[in-house]
Formats: sequence, C-alpha cells, structure tokens
Amino acid sequence: MNNTEIVKAGLRKRYAREKRFQFYGKAAVMSGFIFLIFLLFDITSKAMPAFSITEILLDIPMDRVTLGVSNNSRLSIDDTVLASIDYAGLVKKALRIQFPEVTKRKQKKLLYQLISSGAEFELRQLFSDNSGLVGGEPLSIWFKADDDIDTFYKLERITSRVKPQQITFIETLKKQSRIRTTLNFDFFTNSDSREPEQAGIKGALLGSFWTLLVTLMVSLPVGIAAAIYLEEFAPQNRLTDFIEVNINNLAAVPSIVFGLLGLAVFINFFGMPRSAPLVGGLVLSLMTLPTIIISSRAAIKSVPPSLKEAALGLGASHMQTVFHHVLPQAMPGVLTGAIIGMAQALGETAPLLMIGMVAFIVDVPGGVMDSATVLPVQIFLWADSPESAFTALTAATILVLLAFLTMMNALAIMLRNYFERQR
Amino acid sequence: MTSTYLFLMITGLGLFAFFLSFQRTTQYKGSKRLRSLPHHYASLTAVWTAFPAVLLMLVWAVIEPGYLQEQIVTNLPAEIAGQSSEVIGLYLNKVHLAIENQMVDDDPVIQSLVVAYEKAALNSRYLNTAMVLVLCLGGIVAGLSKLLFKVHARVGIERILKAFLMLCSGVAIVTTIGIVLSVLFESIRFFNAVSVFDFMLGTAWSPQTSIRTDQVGSSGSFGAVPLFLGTMLISLIAMFIAVPVGLMTAIYLSEYATSKFRLMAKPALEVLAGIPTVVYGFFAALTVAPFIRDVGESIGLSVASESALAAGIVMGVMIIPFVSSLSDDVIKAVPQSMRDGSLALGATQSETIKKVIIPAALPGIVGSVLLAASRAIGETMIVVMAAGLAANLTINPLEAVTTVTVQIVTLLTGDQEFDSPKTLAAFALGLMLFVTTLLLNVIALHVVRRYREQYE
Repeated sequence: MNNTEIVKAGLRKRYAREKRFQFYGKAAVMSGFIFLIFLLFDITSKAMPAFSITEILLDIPMDRVTLGVSNNSRLSIDDTVLASIDYAGLVKKALRIQFPEVTKRKQKKLLYQLISSGAEFELRQLFSDNSGLVGGEPLSIWFKADDDIDTFYKLERITSRVKPQQITFIETLKKQSRIRTTLNFDFFTNSDSREPEQAGIKGALLGSFWTLLVTLMVSLPVGIAAAIYLEEFAPQNRLTDFIEVNINNLAAVPSIVFGLLGLAVFINFFGMPRSAPLVGGLVLSLMTLPTIIISSRAAIKSVPPSLKEAALGLGASHMQTVFHHVLPQAMPGVLTGAIIGMAQALGETAPLLMIGMVAFIVDVPGGVMDSATVLPVQIFLWADSPESAFTALTAATILVLLAFLTMMNALAIMLRNYFERQR
Repeated sequence: MTSTYLFLMITGLGLFAFFLSFQRTTQYKGSKRLRSLPHHYASLTAVWTAFPAVLLMLVWAVIEPGYLQEQIVTNLPAEIAGQSSEVIGLYLNKVHLAIENQMVDDDPVIQSLVVAYEKAALNSRYLNTAMVLVLCLGGIVAGLSKLLFKVHARVGIERILKAFLMLCSGVAIVTTIGIVLSVLFESIRFFNAVSVFDFMLGTAWSPQTSIRTDQVGSSGSFGAVPLFLGTMLISLIAMFIAVPVGLMTAIYLSEYATSKFRLMAKPALEVLAGIPTVVYGFFAALTVAPFIRDVGESIGLSVASESALAAGIVMGVMIIPFVSSLSDDVIKAVPQSMRDGSLALGATQSETIKKVIIPAALPGIVGSVLLAASRAIGETMIVVMAAGLAANLTINPLEAVTTVTVQIVTLLTGDQEFDSPKTLAAFALGLMLFVTTLLLNVIALHVVRRYREQYE
C-alpha cells in the first residue's frame, strides 16, 4: 500500500470524526440556549399564578346596631368611634350571613379561614376614608381570599390545606357567582407582608431605586474621573501600575467580600445605619467601579488621536482638550459601561445580605437612610418562605427584575447603535 | 442637621462667589491683565471660598466628639471623677442617652452634666459656624481682590482638577486596602480565640457559641476543612459542566459558525452571564434539585434534597459564558498562518483545531478556566439557596455539602454580637476566599498576558 492508499483508507473515518466534532460544537451552543429557554419558561410558568388573585364578594352590614355604634344619629362619626368598631367581627358576621346554616364552632372556623386576614384592615381603611358609610345600606365588597383558597380556586389544585367543608363553601359561592379571579394589582402597589395574598414588591422596587441612585451618583463621577486620569494624565510609574493592578483585581473579587468590607467599614467603623440604601449603594458602587473604569477607559482610548491633536494644536490645554473634545466623544461608550454596571448592581444580592438589607420591612422606604430591601433580596427572602403561594410571588418578582435588566441592556445597546450611526 | 445647613450655606456662598467673580472678571475680558477666561477665575474663587471651609468642617467633625466628651469629664463632680473609669463611663453613657432621647434624667448630677454638654455643644457650633463664615468670606475677598490677577487661574483650576482626578483613581487602592484591613483585623481577632491550625486543619464545623459560658456545647468548633472540601466539590462539578461546554462553544463559534450566526449567538449566550445569581439560586433550589432527587430515587439512589450536584450544575451553566468568551478571544488570537499551514498539509478542520489551535491557545484557555474557577469559588447566592447548611465531610455529589460563602452568609445574617468568634469566623472565611480568588486571578492574568506576548 502506498501513501495515497493509506490516506484514502483512513479518509472516511476522519470525515466522520470531523462531522462528530462539529456536532459536539453545535450541541454545546444549543445546550446553552436550551438551558436559557428552559429557565425562562420554568420561571414564567411558576410566576403566572401571582398575577391573578381570587376574591370573594361579601355583604357587609352597615347598620349601627351591628357596628356597635350608638344609635344616636346626631352623634358625629369621629376616629374614636371608628376605632371602636370590631372589623374582624364584621367580616365574620358577613360570612355568617352568607352561610346561615353554619353553626358549629369548627365549621365556623373553617368558614372564617376563607377570607384573607388582611380583610379587616381593608375594611378599616374603607371606613376611615369615608365615615358616611356608617348606618347606611349593607355594602357589597370584594375581599381577597386566603392564599390556600386562592391557590385551590385559581389553579384547581386539591391540597390537604383546603378542607372538604371549605370546598363545599366555595362551590356554593361559585353558584352565587360571589367568587372571582381578577388581576392582582396589589402585587405592584403593596409592600412585603407575611400573608402571600397581601404581599407586593413596591417596597423592594423603591429600595432598589434608592440603592441604585446612590450607586450611580457615586460610581459614575468617580469612575469617569479615574478613567480620565489613568488614560490621559497618569505618568508611567509604579503608582499608576499599582492602581491598574488593583482595578483589575477588584473586578474579580467575589461580591460577598465587598459585603464584608461594607459591614466592617461603613457600619461598624463609621456607624452608618444597617439596612439603609445609602450603605448598600456605597458597597455596590465600590463593586461596580472597576466595570465603569474599565469600560470608560476603553471608550476614551477609542477616541481618534487626530481629534486630540487638533485641539492641542489650536492651543487648548490638555485639560480643555479632554473635557471639551475627548470626553464628549467617549460619552456613549462611558454611558454604555455605566448602564451595564448598574444592571450588575441591580441584580446583586450577596453583599447586601451582609449589611442587613434582609430584614422584613413593611414600610416603603422614603429615602436613602430608611430601612429597605431590594428586588433580588426580596426574591431570596420569598424563595425561603414555606407557603407555596410565595413561590409564585418569587417567580413573578424574578420576571420583574429580568424585565428591568432587559430594559437597561436594551437601552445600552440602543445608545451604542445611535451614537455609532451619528459618527 | 446643623452640619447639613452649614454645608448648604457653604455651597451657596461658593455659587455666589462664582457668579460675583464671573461678573467682575467679564469686565476685564480681552484686557491684558487677564491671563485666563472669566470662568476660570470664577471657578478658582469658588474653590477658594468653599474648599477651606469644607476642610474645616471635616476636621471639626473629627475633633468635636472628643472635645465635647472632655467637657463632660472636666465638669464631673469631684466625688465621681475620683472613681474608677467604669463608673465614669456609666455616667457618660447616661448623659448621652439623655441627650439623644431628649429626656430629663432624675439624677441632678446628670442634669447638670447635660446642661454643661449642651452649652459646650452650642459654643462649639457657634465657633464652627463663625470660622466657616470667616473662611468663606476670606475666599470671596481674595477672589475679588487684585490678588486674583497675580495668579494664572486656568493653571490653578486645572491643577486642582487633576488632583481630584488622581484622588478618584486612588479609590481603587483605598478599596483594596479597606478590604484587606477589614478582613485581616477581624481575622486576627478570630485567630486569637481559635488557633490557625484548628481552623485550617480541623474537620468539625459547628460554629455555635453560647451567650453564657456554662452552657452545653459552649465552645463550638471551627474546623473549616469540610467547608473547603464542599466549596471544591461544588466548584469542580461546575467546572465539569462549564469547561467542555464553554470550550466547545468557543471553538464552534470562532471556527465553524457563520458570522451571522455568531453575531446572534454570542450576545444570547452572554445573557446567561447577565442573569442575577439569585435567579439561578431559585431555579436550582426549586426546579433542578427536586428533579435530580426524583431521578435519583427512581433508580434507587438516595439523593439529598439540597445535593451538591444541583448547585454545581446550575453554577456550571452560569459560568459557561465566562469560559466561552475568554476562550473565544484566545482562539481568535491564534495566527491564521498556523491554521493555513495545517490545512495545507491535508488535515481536516477538526484535526487542525485539536492538534494545532488548541495547543497553541492552551495557556490562554487555562487562564480562562482559572478565572471561571475563581468565579465559582466566590459565587454565593446559588449555593446559599440550593446547597446545604450542615458541614458534611464528603465528596459524594449526591449529598448536601456547605461552602465557605454559605457559612459567611449564615454567620452574619442573624442578630449577633459583633465580637463573638462566631461572627469573626465569617471574616476569617472571607480572608480565605479573598486570598484564594486573588491568587487564581493573578495567576490567570499572568498566564494570559504571557501568552498574548508570544503572538504579538
């Protein structure tokens, strides 16, 4: 056999190997996509239940006797009168009116469990908003169902948490069309709660907003200034080298270590408040600073030197050249980097756990010093909750977070394309 | 609040100085007396006005608490001042409490101390405000006087600006020093309580410290070997997923894919790196872990519900883009002549890749793998949500293990005394984490850089 024959004999095998290798490559790329699609599909399908909620229509009696308010109609309805009303009892009463046949204690208890425990607060709010209701006609109000009932009704999933007796109640309500499923707007307008049907993400959204605001205010100016210095003014010496090494290393330090820094320095040394967006924002800005510096440097470097030389040639000082000509040209790149850094900061969880942003906080934060939590931490907190209804809320919050991240990245891409076309 | 007002006042005066100076210097515009543009003079005047005042405020903020403390101590009645420092400390605390809560204490001694303190505080505030005002006015006067024409305002303002730019780039160094110092100091305090060898070589991890010393199990044990092993196990599983998939992706995208496909596929894969880790954690804990447990049970294996495998697989997927994009860069950097030479000798494309390109790009690939490994070791949320809490000394991927990052989070997220070994242990673990990832990064960057030089 001569050489040609040897090569020819092996050719088939080699081509097969080539095909196989290409297939592995395709499979690798596809596996990434498949995982991504599966992940998004899984989370979306888990999130769907959170966007709707079951409500039950109850007729709340408004006559003064039932409310326990003095029958003297001249008596003005002030706050003390409103505070004296037993709202929880009122909801229970309305339920008993709906089901007069229920008399046994055990059955009553099951009946009361149909309605969310937040109903009495809703009712209290209604009365304080409009005290003229007292003494009027019975009022029909849609109340949120308890989370177990909600899960059972909207998903038609039988669980041990819903008793057979309660199922017959629900059947009755269904026949009277006193039970319905509507959009859950409260998910966006409420803050965290122990009751899944009452819980919302408004507090976490605002917490994220304040935290990111601090991050942006700190990391953008400092990052741009550092990038300008390193790219335009820094002399070639050991100090500059040391700064550059530090920036590169900081970019790779695990985020949780920044949390330890925040805890030890900002909270324990400087005595800043725990759980505050100010501290969270500072920690995150230290974390995103390397990203912003590196991308800003790249943007500044990509500005054509001819532009710089022209400015210098016309007599501008170095500083004027940089601030009047180089920086405006580099701005799209700088902003793109900043947006990507902000997106990173928005999704970051671990360092915020260290500085106490994991507390259960019901109030909506009104500033950078208030206790707050952020979207990713809210996800972490709810994912840990035992109630199954929280799983849907967690997935829904993830969708909101991903929507924000997508918007930010789309903005970055649009910005880049727009300015590239301008050039 | 007063310092906020003072700060606002300084800002206001600075702006005022700017406009005043701008107006004044604009009149001279074009005359030979002016060496810079009006806004340079105006900026310089503003800096002269505001900067010394702000500096004074900062110095004041540092000195003031100590000065006020001293005022109380000197005002202490003789019979208390003669007592031990602990008693004095108690009194000081009471005074501070009364001031903070604006309560009237029953003790007349404390009442008089509060009065003395408030008087001193008021005096200090007046003095501070007066000095700040004098500095501000001095700045304005200097800025508007003939003195200004003696300086080259543009040079001056540019020098200040440059100093500011330099200061900003120094933040990176300050951050690094801050990280090192904060973890180091707390770690040293930890190692005073627990010996280094027990920590590095001990195999039992149960960081339970008691409030009372006579409680059962009050000592707690801080052997971190199970944590190191758990971290390594999960990272290894992640690398088993990420390295082959990431590398094959990089090869396919850089060698086979059409540029159109490439342009679409690369950003799509980067999405994997952009998804927050808490989302992966949720997915690992609620979808992957139960799935693996069910599969394991159906073939007769006992799988923990928080198995290392679930966390590892999801983490592996997360770091695919790190491996693929870094490897992609190094593969593309291999000179085209090497590909051409191999193809001209009759090798198929896959043979060229396997025998020529990969060996040539190997150092860079190793670097990217090391960087990915450091990501995996430092990753927190996936393991916090999907891996276990109990320290198990095992290398069975189907069992639950815990990691360094999980323990840092669990040790620090409760309400804790800050100086118990339990919380300090978190900083010792943080130090380990920082040192390990730093080493991996330094090695990786070094390898990549050396490789790059080879072909440039």
